[in-house]
Amino acid sequence: MTISQVSFGSHEPVLDVKNLTVKYIGDTRSTTAVDRVSFSIGTGEVFGLAGESGCGKSTIANSIMRLLKDPAKIAGGSISFGGKDVLAMSAEELRRFRWQDVAMVFQSAMNSLNPVLTIGEQIVDIFTTHAGYSRKESLRRAGELLELVRIDPARLKSYPHQLSGGMRQRAVIAMAVALKPSLLILDEPTTALDVVVQQEIMAQIKELQRELGFSVLFITHDMSLMVELSHRMAVMYGGRIVETAKAQDVYATPRHPYTQALMGAFPPLTGPRIPLTGLPDGVKFRNIPDLSEAAPGHFVAPVGADASVIDSANLAGAAR
Amino acid sequence: MSHSLTSPAAGSTASAPALEIRGLGKSFPIGGLFSRGSVRALHGVDLTLGRGEIVALVGESGSGKSTLARCVARLEKPSSGAILIEGVDILKRDRFQASRAFRSQLQMVFQDPFGSLNPAHRIEHFLRRSLAIHGKGGGSGEEAQRRLEELMTTVGLQADMLNSYPHELSGGQRQRVAIARALAVEPQVILADEPTSMLDVSVRIGVLNLMRKLRDEQGISMLYITHDLASARYLADRTAVMFAGELVEEGESLDLLSNPAHPYTQLLVSAVPDPARAGSYDPVRRAELRQAVMASTQCAYDGDPNQACSAQEPVRHQVGDPENRHWVRCHLYQPWAGADGHALAGEPAQPNLPASNAKEKASA
Ligand SMILES: Nc1ncnc2c1ncn2[C@@H]1O[C@H](COP(=O)(O)OP(=O)(O)OP(=O)(O)O)[C@@H](O)[C@H]1O
Ligand SMILES: Nc1ncnc2c1ncn2[C@@H]1O[C@H](COP(=O)(O)OP(=O)(O)OP(=O)(O)O)[C@@H](O)[C@H]1O
Ligand SMILES: [Mg+2]
Ligand SMILES: [Mg+2]
Repeated sequence: MTISQVSFGSHEPVLDVKNLTVKYIGDTRSTTAVDRVSFSIGTGEVFGLAGESGCGKSTIANSIMRLLKDPAKIAGGSISFGGKDVLAMSAEELRRFRWQDVAMVFQSAMNSLNPVLTIGEQIVDIFTTHAGYSRKESLRRAGELLELVRIDPARLKSYPHQLSGGMRQRAVIAMAVALKPSLLILDEPTTALDVVVQQEIMAQIKELQRELGFSVLFITHDMSLMVELSHRMAVMYGGRIVETAKAQDVYATPRHPYTQALMGAFPPLTGPRIPLTGLPDGVKFRNIPDLSEAAPGHFVAPVGADASVIDSANLAGAAR
Repeated sequence: MSHSLTSPAAGSTASAPALEIRGLGKSFPIGGLFSRGSVRALHGVDLTLGRGEIVALVGESGSGKSTLARCVARLEKPSSGAILIEGVDILKRDRFQASRAFRSQLQMVFQDPFGSLNPAHRIEHFLRRSLAIHGKGGGSGEEAQRRLEELMTTVGLQADMLNSYPHELSGGQRQRVAIARALAVEPQVILADEPTSMLDVSVRIGVLNLMRKLRDEQGISMLYITHDLASARYLADRTAVMFAGELVEEGESLDLLSNPAHPYTQLLVSAVPDPARAGSYDPVRRAELRQAVMASTQCAYDGDPNQACSAQEPVRHQVGDPENRHWVRCHLYQPWAGADGHALAGEPAQPNLPASNAKEKASA
């Protein structure tokens, strides 16, 4: 079984990423931000992507959206969406692809709204340009969308700076689901939301998703939320995927030491305060090998005798 | 108005608390140019930060947390109230606002790392400027360079990133630059608005430990705004809960989170995602709870904490052991319900938990 064959949906994968490699080529610093990454997302599947800060998650999302700008270079691999080669799309194809086929909530959502237009104007704009609705109809739908994300429709008249961080984030989520795309990419969509609102919105998205059957690529640092919502997930470190399996399996038996450190670094909500550490000092994973199947459907990058861990003496600590 | 429950630090030390907020209010006009609507973002907020104390501020999205911090940082003009830093009312000192002295006393980490770093500058610039405010490392010598590199390391970034521009950094990397920038000043008070929301848990723990260490070693006081209740519990001495522009509950963090008394706090604690109960979310039940919470929080009154609470005049109640300095302001709270105070009180608390609440309680 290869990784791309293990998908939740029974249909063809909607998105198929193979061996994607992305580099940022700078004057001072060149980084391989994404290194031979492969995964696929089935129809109606929620796929979670977690990992170290700076490990390349947003870069993957931007690659799928074809939004990478200089000095980023896709150095290898392929991305296909519904059987079409995304990397070969023309400007005209991309225009449709971006809003109607795939919509994305950027990690910078709070900062991505147009400051001189009201929230209402911005949502109405999407409907009139991309769906051809009348202004009146668009406005009605815009109000509905705000209600969906728990914002008072009276706020259609507000400018972005008049909303709290979390409200802006929610407005952007509303805009992303407006056109009912077949793939929704959420890059840290809930960093500014309290857990109550977060749960309500994610439940709404999940319900929409069940109803309309779209797929979701869900990037978050909140492992609990990820495990609750995703069918399958992958954990990245240093541009590479180090583990991928059904979300429940990753939660129940994390196998890579980095995944174990992620799962073990949650401060608890009960009991005494115990000092925690993340990855112990000196533990860095290098030359991460390709994934191999450790259990049915559970793929892990082997850690072992080779030089993939610097200072492996500390590793015992990382593994809880 | 009684401050006896909110400002214990004032009594316990001879000197003034690091930060004292009294009766803070702020309204914003909303809608277009000619609209008359207004949003009451803050109302009658009293909050004290003792020296070397870390207080977490949690609460609903849109409840006024950032506005509170922005008022203290003097980026927003409050409609009413007083803000004292080390006993000095900063609102009365007009030119003080932009002064170097103020910035060396108080630093803010903004909620949005994508909007708060000027794109025109390299990372080095931000940190150098902070060091200059602190009166260190204004020069270009080796010592300054060493200090810059050290700062980067303390937040888990590589020193070669000093030459990068903000757009070349990931979300979590920007957040860490913002933290390093505030820390470099070594201020007395840090207002950190969701400083670690984009960090993976492993790095986040490192940053929280760093904040704790700075507090222990330098006596920095911190207001830590967060949605992550577990990290509030881990880091903060006290936690304050904000709802609809008001503080509704406050107390020693462990006690508050294990015995939440206000219905909103209970709702919040019950909603913390927990993979162990995946799929148990019940939108109908949640909507009911939310409704109950909304209906119960028109708490416009404040008064004698010993007085019994009624729907007309909610007052502050002390919760449990006075040592925990845990109070709640809500007419649904019934002190005599004792240990059952943490039932999810959609209805007034009852001695025995209704069966439908048991699940919520177990997860709380
Ligand atoms: N324009 C750029 N130029 C140079 N390097 C870049 C650029 N954009 C991103 N990088 C680097 O690429 C790496 C991956 O960045 P990316 O934004 O994909 O990380 P991420 O996984 O989304 O992290 P986070 O969780 O912190 O948002 C980082 O080390 C970052 O510094
Ligand atoms: N400049 C402004 N003009 C008008 N209204 C504003 C302004 N700034 C904030 N508000 C309103 O004040 C209220 C409180 O906002 P604030 O940003 O303080 O919330 P918050 O608690 O930080 O929320 P979040 O957790 O979502 O960031 C919101 O209703 C918001 O819309
Ligand atoms: Mg990112
Ligand atoms: Mg805020």
